[in-house]
Amino acid sequence: METVHSATPLVALIASLLGALLILLTGAKRANLREFWTIAAAVTQFSLIYSMLPHILHGNVVECTIIELYTGINLQFRVDAFGMMFALLASCLWIIVSVYSIGYMRTLKEHAQTRYFFCFAMALFGATGVAMAGNLLTLYMFYEILTISTFPLVVHKETPEALRAGRKYLVYLLTGAAFVLFSMGLTYYLTGSLDFVAGGFVTGHGSRGILQLLFVTFMIGFGSKAAIMPLHEWLPSAMVAPAPVSALLHAVAVVKAGVFCCLRVILYIFGPELLVGLGLWILLAFFVSITIIMANLIALTQDNLKKRLAFSTINNLSLIILGAALLSPDGIRGAMLHISFHGFMKITLFMCAGAIYAVTRKENISEMGGIGRQMPFTMAAFAIGAAGLTGIPPVCGFISKWYLCLGTLEAGQIIFLFVIIASALLDAAYFFPLIYNAFFKKTTGETTRRKEAPMLIVAPLVATAAFSIIFCVFPDALLHFFALATKSVQTIMGVL
Amino acid sequence: MIIEQLPALIIVTPLILSLVVSVAGLWERRLCFPLVVGALTACLVCAIGILAVVMRRGEPIHYFFGGWHPPWGIEYTIDYLNALVLVGVAVISLLVTIYAKRAIEREIPDTKHPQFYTLLLLHITGLFGITATGDMFNLYVLLEVASFSAYAIIALGEQGAAFAAFRYVIFGTIGACAYLLGTGYFYILTGSLNMADLTHLLPHSFYSKALLVGFAFFIVGIGIKMGIFPLHIWLPDAYTFAPSAVSALLAPLFTKVGAYVIIRIMFTVFDPSFAIGLYPVTDVLGWIAAIGILFACMMALAQSDFKRMLCYVLVAEMGYVIIGIASANRFGLTGAILHIINDMFMMACLFTVSGAIFYQTGTRNIYRFRSLHRTMPIIFALFIVGALSVVGIPPLCGFFSKWYLILGAIQAKQWGLVVVMLLSSLLMAILFFRVIEIAYFAPPTDQVHTPHKHGNTGTVMGSVPLSMVIPMILIGIGIVLLGIFSGVIIKHIIAFAIPSTL
Repeated sequence: METVHSATPLVALIASLLGALLILLTGAKRANLREFWTIAAAVTQFSLIYSMLPHILHGNVVECTIIELYTGINLQFRVDAFGMMFALLASCLWIIVSVYSIGYMRTLKEHAQTRYFFCFAMALFGATGVAMAGNLLTLYMFYEILTISTFPLVVHKETPEALRAGRKYLVYLLTGAAFVLFSMGLTYYLTGSLDFVAGGFVTGHGSRGILQLLFVTFMIGFGSKAAIMPLHEWLPSAMVAPAPVSALLHAVAVVKAGVFCCLRVILYIFGPELLVGLGLWILLAFFVSITIIMANLIALTQDNLKKRLAFSTINNLSLIILGAALLSPDGIRGAMLHISFHGFMKITLFMCAGAIYAVTRKENISEMGGIGRQMPFTMAAFAIGAAGLTGIPPVCGFISKWYLCLGTLEAGQIIFLFVIIASALLDAAYFFPLIYNAFFKKTTGETTRRKEAPMLIVAPLVATAAFSIIFCVFPDALLHFFALATKSVQTIMGVL
Repeated sequence: MIIEQLPALIIVTPLILSLVVSVAGLWERRLCFPLVVGALTACLVCAIGILAVVMRRGEPIHYFFGGWHPPWGIEYTIDYLNALVLVGVAVISLLVTIYAKRAIEREIPDTKHPQFYTLLLLHITGLFGITATGDMFNLYVLLEVASFSAYAIIALGEQGAAFAAFRYVIFGTIGACAYLLGTGYFYILTGSLNMADLTHLLPHSFYSKALLVGFAFFIVGIGIKMGIFPLHIWLPDAYTFAPSAVSALLAPLFTKVGAYVIIRIMFTVFDPSFAIGLYPVTDVLGWIAAIGILFACMMALAQSDFKRMLCYVLVAEMGYVIIGIASANRFGLTGAILHIINDMFMMACLFTVSGAIFYQTGTRNIYRFRSLHRTMPIIFALFIVGALSVVGIPPLCGFFSKWYLILGAIQAKQWGLVVVMLLSSLLMAILFFRVIEIAYFAPPTDQVHTPHKHGNTGTVMGSVPLSMVIPMILIGIGIVLLGIFSGVIIKHIIAFAIPSTL
């Protein structure tokens, strides 16, 4: 493994920051130019990140140190295979959602669009920063930028309900951040370092009790963003935000950043060996298993489509953490793959929900009978995404869930296999009636004329649905998620 | 060599210019402002020169006034610590003074402008002196110069200012007396007032009760001046009723200089072991600060007056500095010194924002800030920068001082203080997001908009002039740069400002 020194990570981040500033300066009067900056920033960022992919696939890491903050702490980017996965995912989906956002916001004639696009770019600045951060302090910095820049998006509608959701969001996430800050301080005090090391670096520092405490505070901190129960309360409330926000941020960037950080803690700060020694992995696994089942049970009862999707997100996030907590190579690989694949599938579902709202103003599932005949493309994409989340081939969710199941067997914990299967069954239970009704339910009185959403809305969601299928048939296509996950597992398990 | 004279110049220039301003003001009022800005620019150059000299030589500068050597003469000793504080004071006072020119037009009658500028310059003279001096009694004199000009300049404010200033006079005088008594005890025990002498002489009487009493007097005296809880009660009134420009100057600087004095006395004049090992001073201070931070945050939450809320935030911020001192290790002290500088910028930012909002709308009531960001986008953007920095969001500077303070508290195994710091940043978040929510996201009410069919409140008062906005933007940029380059400051300056015994 070699270290490649390159400024590319920094330039990629600056692309989104600069994009955000240009959006702000351009303003609502020149909306087309403003939207151009969004797309330009997204494409630039993606291509810069993509340009680092060959290095990573060769097993190297790309490093970029900006400035020394204190002895042993640098403001530093260090892109490894795992970080690359998340950076690719976030920046790739940003392009797709940007297109969708433009269509959605214009169709609905939303207010404060400049603020919206500015905050969106800032949130992506935060998310890609989290992905590429080389140590905890840098990660924390972007983690906070992500939290703060998402707040205006949550309260976008400026209704009392939105403001309440925004407050809840801040209270949960900033409290989580306080826990992270504490854990970070303790880590530095114990080890004198904050740099991520595959396989962990806190081993041998501090007593067993202190390390157990450290792990718990870390998990509470990052778990609030990853919506582990009982810290999940903010996520369903935050669904009051416009659909593209829910799509990218509450299905991909924000919550995935939380999960990403949890995995960083489990695999790159503590490491599998230490966690087995501390006996904490089983505790975490049980905790997330409860979340997995509970979230899906609650999802069954939700009539609001976005809320149901939110609980499905909570379920999947915990599924990812479960995979990592099992500490078996296949479990970790499954978890990492599920970060990306779930991203593609869930974003499809949220964009479908947004498309339905944009055309019909319907938010509740009970009103959506026959909608499949009205919006066939949208609902077909929805069906693909839903099938994927349930784990049905040929959609990519099958691959990640397959490895998660293998992981449970590898770890010798059959009980978690049942958890995953039960959750898949529940997935089917709340998605399939919806799809069935959408296509086959007889509508009474209402017109069933075909009326799709505008092209800018439909094209992105069809694209992500198509990707979801491509990634199942060729898991290593285009973005090389499979290779990256394998590479990460190899470095963590030390088989390289 | 002029370089040798820098420590004197930084005091003498503003002192003489303040006299010139008061005389020139009688003749032509418009002369005052250029004179003050000229004096402060000279001070800034001096301060930077001093810092450069200290950094190049790597040892303190000693300056003997009139060539008299201690113990008879007054010595100015400038090392890394006060050189840094001097630069901070010089930068902020210059920027705020430029900001003040237009800000006072609305709040102070024209005829009193010369007095305002004179007092402003005198106050800053006092601040420079307190920071630069190496003599306990000289420090007292300059503390009183700064205090008396502060009393008077606060009394120039709106209705209620006179009474608030009077309360401040009472408290301030008690504080000054306590400080003087403390210094008296030190003098009786050692026969010297020079700080460097005291460093050598005091350890002989470390077990004397008289020294302990003197130390207690000293802490109380400075505690009142810098507004540490529970000695802060004069502060919210005085700084709220003062003219906007005055609170924008006093709030960031005077309290921080007080914090500097505490660090100087506790860790240079006294051996660090006195306040840490011999008597549990740092422990007691730490807990008082912790209670104070929580109390101040609660009080701030209860305010609807923006400036008053900021005053309580200031009290809480001073608590942070004390927590850094209380941790009594390298991390804690790094955090405390960094926070002195950072907080100068953060408080200057927030108080100037408060002044600018008042300038444009004539209100300080948070609930009347609805949709104000539309008419004053830059001011509110700066507010967000300042607010997020106080909350502790990286890469703004407030995060970094908080980070070292937390590291310090963890190293000192003061878990209670760690919890208080984390909790208080959450309270700060609630505090500031309440304002952000109202200013950005709350729907405008009829009450604000309907009475002004043609343009809302903004046009009634006139928009904020560029001469106010530009210094504010510079302060805002300062907040970001101090954050990103905090490592550089620590590595090259603060690391040498901390006593090596820690």
